[in-house]
Amino acid sequence: MRAKSLLICGVLLVVCCVLFMTLQSRGNWDFVLWFRGRKLAALLLVGAAVSTATLLFQTISRNHILTPSIMGFDALFTLIVTLAVFTIGAAGYNHLPLVFLFFVNLILLIGAALLLFGTLLGQHRVDLMRMVLTGIIFGILFRSLTSFVFRMIDPSEFATIQVSSYARFNYIELNLLWLAAVLTLATLVLCWRMRRQLDVLGLGFEIATNLGEPVAKRQKQALVLVAVLVAVSTALVGPVAFLGLLVVSIARLIAPNETHAALIPLSAIIAGIVLVGGQTILERVLGMSTPLAVVIDFVGGFVFLALLLRRGWT
Amino acid sequence: MIVVENLNYSVAASQILKDVSVTLPKGGITALIGPNGAGKSSLFSHIARLLPLQSGRISVDGMEVTPANRQELSRKLAILPQQVHFATRLTVKELVQFGRYPHCQGRLQAEDHKMVEAALKAFELTPLSHRFLDTLSGGQRHKAHVAMTYAQDTNYLLLDEPLNNLDIAASRALMALLRRLADEEGKTVVIVLHDINFAAQYADHLVVLKDGCIEREGKPSDMVTGALLSDVFGTDAQVAVIGDTPFVVP
Repeated sequence: MRAKSLLICGVLLVVCCVLFMTLQSRGNWDFVLWFRGRKLAALLLVGAAVSTATLLFQTISRNHILTPSIMGFDALFTLIVTLAVFTIGAAGYNHLPLVFLFFVNLILLIGAALLLFGTLLGQHRVDLMRMVLTGIIFGILFRSLTSFVFRMIDPSEFATIQVSSYARFNYIELNLLWLAAVLTLATLVLCWRMRRQLDVLGLGFEIATNLGEPVAKRQKQALVLVAVLVAVSTALVGPVAFLGLLVVSIARLIAPNETHAALIPLSAIIAGIVLVGGQTILERVLGMSTPLAVVIDFVGGFVFLALLLRRGWT
Repeated sequence: MIVVENLNYSVAASQILKDVSVTLPKGGITALIGPNGAGKSSLFSHIARLLPLQSGRISVDGMEVTPANRQELSRKLAILPQQVHFATRLTVKELVQFGRYPHCQGRLQAEDHKMVEAALKAFELTPLSHRFLDTLSGGQRHKAHVAMTYAQDTNYLLLDEPLNNLDIAASRALMALLRRLADEEGKTVVIVLHDINFAAQYADHLVVLKDGCIEREGKPSDMVTGALLSDVFGTDAQVAVIGDTPFVVP
């Protein structure tokens, strides 16, 4: 069962994709393929990006219940959007070219990630508790700053922020999709090529050093990759907080072994199933009554709680 | 031969190692002993490149211990740190396979598989090879870790207090195994030990540390005396001699 988990999940993903593309499709096929295909591509990209980012982050922090979003990545994204709208106004913000915004977000997030975690990870022995606490405090700081700006902002401008700081899968800008696809795929290739080194990093500082790995350097490299993946997916569809934790935890449960060669593709495929399947159900069955992100965060929250409690008991 | 020259190490205001220079001979078992806080583990960590050099020089068979040499060093010198905790869930075999990483960067070839099988066999772990580490007893898990360093196929093997949390049978089995590696395979074993009796029984060479300095070194039969215990450890324990091995009465 475990050995075939990749195959089974792959088949499930294909089924989800086919259902997503064909259920209740009426009219011109060219249009349907074009319209839904774009969404499908975005869902798959975001799934792969978020799951791989979470996996890498868990490896370098050597903790299976951390995600980049717990450490304030998403909060930073919302803060950037809020400050942008606050300083240049909703009209100005909406007129900015999306590609430009995308790159500004990307660079700011990478910079922040390196500052925030690079200094903490760069220490000789990673003080995990301090890193987690720092991340959480920064997350709270970003959120408080955001809500502080919310109080001063014009209500119509507030609406602009809400639209862009919620994960949205219904409208995807095509230019952005190309850009995100190229960046994500390139980063994923780098992650895949690092898979053996990542396995060694997962053994901890001492053993990895013993095996000849430059631990601090690798951690920084992995951190840059995480930052790019998180930035690309948040810039494309907005924050999806718990998706990564959800799918990586499931992947660990069903993977044949815990090597990155097994976990990277498996968690990406599971993320695809969750996103595409969830979106299909939302669009075709529930009639778009709730945003997908709400559902994922709800389920993800429960998984997180279950993980914490189970760890507490054993 | 591991040569340490003028090694200083301080944390905040306190100096842990004070201008330590010592040569650990090639071959046999060398034990580092000393009271708590003497700097044994700090010295170990520097040789094992787990701590960056603040000042001084360390070389292994003439090769300097620097970050640039890390890959080559990992084929010369294997270390087993004190507390190993894995976030990933590994089987015994997967762990031992990691020992081949310095040679094959994770792409295991036929010879690597052969070496892994040999390591599993040497440590009587073959029947346990597909068990997860967290389902093993402390002694078995320890053996699996030593097997990993064995698979690394290095001339030097460094262990930091490997007898912690092991019962008398497991401790003796581990020390006998290290003895065998030193005698039959010509490996050099450097080991940090708490228990002087184990050091006296199994080591060929003792290095005694006190307050960050090398206090004395030599053969166990000459070294372990009442004077050593009162001078270095500050306790008046009796030393009996059984055969020609000194034995500290606790």
